[in-house]
Amino acid sequence: MTDEKTPRGYHDMGGLPGGPVEQTEHILAPWEKRVDALTMALSAPKVGKRAFYVDERRDKIETMGEDKYESLTYYELWMASVAGVLVDKGLLTDEEIEAKMAEIRERLGLEAETA
Amino acid sequence: MAEEPTHFKIGDNVHIRGDYPPGHIRTPYYIRGKSGVIADVVGAYDNPEERAKGHYDEPQQPLYRVRFMQTDAWPDYSGSPEDTIDIEIFQHWLEAV
Repeated sequence: MTDEKTPRGYHDMGGLPGGPVEQTEHILAPWEKRVDALTMALSAPKVGKRAFYVDERRDKIETMGEDKYESLTYYELWMASVAGVLVDKGLLTDEEIEAKMAEIRERLGLEAETA
Repeated sequence: MAEEPTHFKIGDNVHIRGDYPPGHIRTPYYIRGKSGVIADVVGAYDNPEERAKGHYDEPQQPLYRVRFMQTDAWPDYSGSPEDTIDIEIFQHWLEAV
C-alpha cells in the first residue's frame, strides 16, 4: 500500500500497560445521553439520510491529536468528532457552532470559555 | 452491494500484512506482520477503512476471526504457551502462507 511506515496511532493501544480497570458503573449526564442520541440519529438513522458513517467519526477521533484524545471524556470525544465531521462535510460551519454556543451561554448566563 | 470473494477457510494459515498505512485502520498495530490461523469466517461487511475516507461503494470485504498464539503475538509473553488470542481481521489484510 505504501512504503511509508505510519507510527502506531495513540488510540491503537493494544498491548500497552493500561493500569487497573475501573469497574464501577458511570451514571450518564443528560447531555451525554443527548450526544449519544444525536450521533445515532445522524450516523444510523432509522429513517432519512445518513449524514456520516461511524468510521468517519472514528477517523476524526484518531486524527484530532493525542492531547485532545487524552483530555476529553468519552462523550466529549463523540461530540467533538461529530462536529468535526459535519464541518468537513459542509453541513455546519465553525462559525455556526460558535454562534450557537454563544447563544446558549447567554441564555444560561455562563461566562465564555477560553479554549 | 458487491462482495469480494472469500479466499480463506477455517484452518488456513495466514500472514497479516506488515503494512503501516495512514488512516482509520482496523487491524491492530501489534499484530501486523504476525501469522495465525483462520478460526472462523464471520461474513462480509462494508470496509470500514474505505468508509472512513468517505468511499461508500467499495465491495464488501470478508471478515475472519484469526487465532494467534500469544507467544507469537508477544515475544515476552510469560503465560501458558498454549494461550491464544482471537482477532477479527478483514481479508484485505491477509496473505496466504
